[in-house]
Amino acid sequence: MSRLYVARNPRVAARNLDGEMMIMSGRDSTLFTLNKTATILWQAADGSTPLDEIVARRICPEFEISPEVALRDAETLARDLAAREIMQVSEQPIPQPSFPSGAAR
Amino acid sequence: MPELTAEVDRLSLVIEVGQMPVRVNTTDPAFLNLLQDRYAGFLGSFERPSDSAIEFDVELCTPPVGDPDADVSVKYCHGIWKLGRGDFLAEWNPAAGRGRIRQSRNPHSIDAVLRIVHSLVLAKEGGLLLHSASAVRDGRAFLFAGVSGAGKTTISRLAPSDATLLTDEISYVRRHGDGYTAFGTPFTGELAKLGENISAPVAALYLLAQGTENRIEPVSPGEAFRSLLSNVLFFAEEQDLVQSIFSVAFDFVSRVPVSRLTFLPDTRIWELIG
Repeated sequence: MSRLYVARNPRVAARNLDGEMMIMSGRDSTLFTLNKTATILWQAADGSTPLDEIVARRICPEFEISPEVALRDAETLARDLAAREIMQVSEQPIPQPSFPSGAAR
Repeated sequence: MPELTAEVDRLSLVIEVGQMPVRVNTTDPAFLNLLQDRYAGFLGSFERPSDSAIEFDVELCTPPVGDPDADVSVKYCHGIWKLGRGDFLAEWNPAAGRGRIRQSRNPHSIDAVLRIVHSLVLAKEGGLLLHSASAVRDGRAFLFAGVSGAGKTTISRLAPSDATLLTDEISYVRRHGDGYTAFGTPFTGELAKLGENISAPVAALYLLAQGTENRIEPVSPGEAFRSLLSNVLFFAEEQDLVQSIFSVAFDFVSRVPVSRLTFLPDTRIWELIG
C-alpha cells in the first residue's frame, strides 16, 4: 500500500489564535476554523512525513484511537482539506518552499 | 498661422481621508461644487501637490451609466485595477498613481471608488476599512462593529456631547506604533452625517448586539478574529491582499481589546464606554 504525504498549501494564510487554528483561503477568502484533529494534522503536514507516521505519533496518543481508524479518518480529513485547497495530498513527498510565501505559522 | 487648440479648464480638488490625499480632476464646475459640498471637512490643500499620490480624472457621462445597486467588481490586470459597478467604471494604475472614473454627475459613484481605493491601499499599509461606527471620547477611539441593522446608527445617535463621531458606517483604522489609530471618514450610513476629520488611538472594538440590557462581555480571540474579518470592507480577491488583510486582522485583535456590547437603545449605554 502506498503511503500518503500531506503539506500545508503555502498559498493560504493561517494563524493559531489561543488554540484555534484559523485558515483563510487565498482563492475565495473563505475562513476556516480547524478542530483539534485538523489542527494537529495541519501543524504536522510538512510534506515529508508520511500521513501514517503523523497519525501514529501525533494523533493516536492524543485521542486514544486505533491506528487503523485514525489513519482512515485522517486520510478523509486530509482529502477534504485538499479539496478546499488549503492542504496538498500526494503519494510522493511534497517539496516545500525554502521561504514559505504563505503566513502559515 | 496660430495653432488652433481647444483648451478645457481642468478643475481639481483633493479629498483627504486617513491622511491619504486623493486628487480628483474634472472639467465640470457643477460636479466640482457637488464634491466640495459632499466632502466638506475632508478637503486637502494644493500647497503640496506632490503629496497627492493618487489622482483621478473624472469623465462625466449622461444619462447615468447604470444601476448603483449592482455588484461591485474589482479586478487587477497587468498592473491596473479595474473597478466597476452598474453606475461607474474606473481604472487605477497604482504604480503611476493615476486613474480615471466614468460616471454620471452624482456623489455616490465616486464615493464607492474612494472606498475601494482606500481599502486596497490600506490592505498594503497595515490598515482596514471596517463596517463599524466609531467615536472619540477622552482622546481614545471606540469602534462599534456590526452588519446592517446591528445598531451602528443607533449608537451613533445616542452618543453624548463629549463624544466626537468619526463615522456612523465605515471606520478607517491604520497601524500606528504599538496600536491602531482611527480616523474620521466622510463615508456615511443612515445618519448621513460626515464624521469629524480627526484621529485617535483605538481603545476598544465592540461587537454590537441589541438586547434587553446594557452589558459588555469578553469574546474569545477566535470569535474576535472571525467577527472582525466578517466586518472588513474588502472587494478584491488577489491572494497577496487577502493574506495581508488576514495578517492585519490577526494583529489588530492581538493589540486591541474586543468585546461584545449588548445594548438597549437609550443613552445609558454610553455610561459603559470610555
